[in-house]
Amino acid sequence: MRYLIALVLLAVPCLGWADDWEDRLIFNESAEGPRLRVISSTDTVLFAPVIEGFVAENPRISVEYLVSGTADINRRVRATPDAFDVIISSAMDLQLKLANDGFALPVDDVPVPHWAQWHHSLFAFTSEPATIVINRTAFEGQPIPQTRQSLIEALRKRPEEFRGKVGTYDVRQSGLGYLFATQDARASETYWRLMEVMGGLDVRLYCCSGEMINDLADGSILVAYNVLGSYAAVRAEGKDALEVVLPSDFQTIMMRTAMVSKATPEPKAAELLLRYLVTERPAVAEEASPLPLLQRNDGSDGRETIGLDPALLTFLDGLKRTKFLSAWEDAVIQ
Amino acid sequence: MTTSPTVSGSLRNRLVVTLIGGAAVLAILLFLTVRSYAAKVAQQGQDDILGASVSSILDAAALRDGQLEVDIPYAAFSMLSTPSDDRVFYAIYQDGEFLSGYEDLNLADGPIEGRWAFQTGQVRGERVRQVSASRKLVGLGRQTEIEVALGQTQDALSDTLDQISRNAAYLGIGFFLLTAALSFWVTSSTIGQLNKLTNSVTRRGPQDLSPFKKPVPKEMAPLVTSLNSLMGRLDQSLSQSEDFIAEAAHRVRTPLATVRSYAEATLHRVEREDNREALKAMVRAIDESSRAAGQLLDHAMITFRADHLEREDIDLVVLIRDLVQRLIPIAEMKELTLSLSGEPSVPYSGDSILIQNAVRNMVDNAMKYAPSDSAVEITIIAHPEPQIQVRDSGPGFPPDEIDTLTRRFERGQNAVGTIGSGLGLTIAQDVATAHGGSLILKNRSKGGACVILSL
Repeated sequence: MRYLIALVLLAVPCLGWADDWEDRLIFNESAEGPRLRVISSTDTVLFAPVIEGFVAENPRISVEYLVSGTADINRRVRATPDAFDVIISSAMDLQLKLANDGFALPVDDVPVPHWAQWHHSLFAFTSEPATIVINRTAFEGQPIPQTRQSLIEALRKRPEEFRGKVGTYDVRQSGLGYLFATQDARASETYWRLMEVMGGLDVRLYCCSGEMINDLADGSILVAYNVLGSYAAVRAEGKDALEVVLPSDFQTIMMRTAMVSKATPEPKAAELLLRYLVTERPAVAEEASPLPLLQRNDGSDGRETIGLDPALLTFLDGLKRTKFLSAWEDAVIQ
Repeated sequence: MTTSPTVSGSLRNRLVVTLIGGAAVLAILLFLTVRSYAAKVAQQGQDDILGASVSSILDAAALRDGQLEVDIPYAAFSMLSTPSDDRVFYAIYQDGEFLSGYEDLNLADGPIEGRWAFQTGQVRGERVRQVSASRKLVGLGRQTEIEVALGQTQDALSDTLDQISRNAAYLGIGFFLLTAALSFWVTSSTIGQLNKLTNSVTRRGPQDLSPFKKPVPKEMAPLVTSLNSLMGRLDQSLSQSEDFIAEAAHRVRTPLATVRSYAEATLHRVEREDNREALKAMVRAIDESSRAAGQLLDHAMITFRADHLEREDIDLVVLIRDLVQRLIPIAEMKELTLSLSGEPSVPYSGDSILIQNAVRNMVDNAMKYAPSDSAVEITIIAHPEPQIQVRDSGPGFPPDEIDTLTRRFERGQNAVGTIGSGLGLTIAQDVATAHGGSLILKNRSKGGACVILSL
């Protein structure tokens, strides 16, 4: 059963490899100006208000918004760098490696703090924590776990109720899942214990936050670990059934980043969009957009933003990745 | 009179050019030294971090079940984070075979000497500082060599260097400006000492040959010593010659008086007309010699008194009236009238003997050239400065010689046949100069000479 699910999940991105996208939408299609091709890992529903704000300000520019998984984005950009103008992804490590490998066009004088940009080519514009999302029905009459440790205990206490009903990223497929996993593993051994427990409960593995939340909402799973807070928040508002927990032991906070492709044929328009993302969106979008704004967390309160620095390359090293994935598989796929 | 010296170059310019040129060279040297030293230090800093990073990667390599594992520590790349977000490239090779990382980053060309080999090169169009290092791993029956190359772009380094260069340039310019200001100051204060000496030489009166006593810098002491000794010799030789003249005049005057009295006596006794004429001529010649000797003595006396001028409060009118009264008998012998007019009283502070002597010479002169039955007018005025004017109605001064007549022994063209030594006006002039005044010679518009002693 486990393997079947894994096979199905593996097949999903393979199907979308050719020119199949998770989503594809063109904004301001009638504009006579340049058309920007934006490849992004952010679901259209979350990002549409931002693009709409941008085309309202720049009516000559039309935007083709292409959604794909973080790992897939990385592959596509490396394969055809001139097919995209702006690259937006939540996998900071893959983005940093793209920039480090020279796929990004440096943009000068973008007014962002130093910690929120790298090499004038990669710019962060949101701060989004990894969260635990829980279907409340599983914890009726019981306290909802607030830390990883208490989650482990809760899972161990009622293994039969949670068997097959816990979910997390498949770090082999999802760039963001891999980033969260490696950062968690750096932060605490608890991560490995949690993975072992979840592995013992026949964890279901997902490629994306969206699907995990869908399954949570319809009760297919009861607990999802390392779900993007922003996605969960959108759903949690509508559905009282979901509880978004910011783990109080430690939090891993990701910054969504954008870059202009070095091979872009429309550097000026792409730069406009980038500047809009990092400077004007905060001014208009506090409530209009569900994407949280950029925030500095230095780790003093147990919330640590993953730094945009070359250390992100470490876990992308082939040898290191192989080693990590085998440890992860040992823990999760038992 | 003074000839300008031959000028060759300028001490001030030479000093300024040398000092400022030296300062400029030093400033440039300072800039280059600081910059190259800073560049070395900054490069050393980057190399140290690269070395530490590559060591930590090598340390993380291990043979497990005969299989090479490299568990790159998170800190290895984290420590390469720079303010300019430099790009990082790395490559791991096992026994020369590429294993992981960036394939376009090659290992060091030559053999790795020591622990690390550093080189600078181009990777993906960027200047990259690269370190290569290797480590031998020994497992069960197997030996393998892992080699790691780690490169980093140099944006942060060049930012640092730019900043250091800027600061070094400021330092150099500051040093130069300070030194330049200092050289100007040093030059002008050095040349100032020379100027001071020059001024004090220039300001001296014509008779002042006393040595310089003001302190001067050590280097100028030989010059001042020579100057002093030159002036000492000059003074000595001048006073010797004055003494000699005074002595000679004195020695001559006394026998002359004796000869004259004998000649007078003989004149009374001799009756032959031609003998009498000869004796008269003799007496006249004796008079002339005696007068010249007297004037020489006067001149010597005046030179001495002028050098050591002692001023006392006198009334010029009283002084001159006294003199005129003494001269009236002589004037009457020549059938001349002496008239004194002007202010009733002119108080003045000066040497009465010198002034009397000067005026007597002026009146003597006037009486010599005035025709019979004429008047010599003496006028004393007090404003704008005290003046004593002596006018006659004689032939006046030859206009082309009027400027040179006050020199010693200088006599006018029209003075031939008149008794005189040529010292009279010189004496008057010396007295005027000693009192800070001047002697003015003029011809009157209706004929006759006018001599003004202006004090």
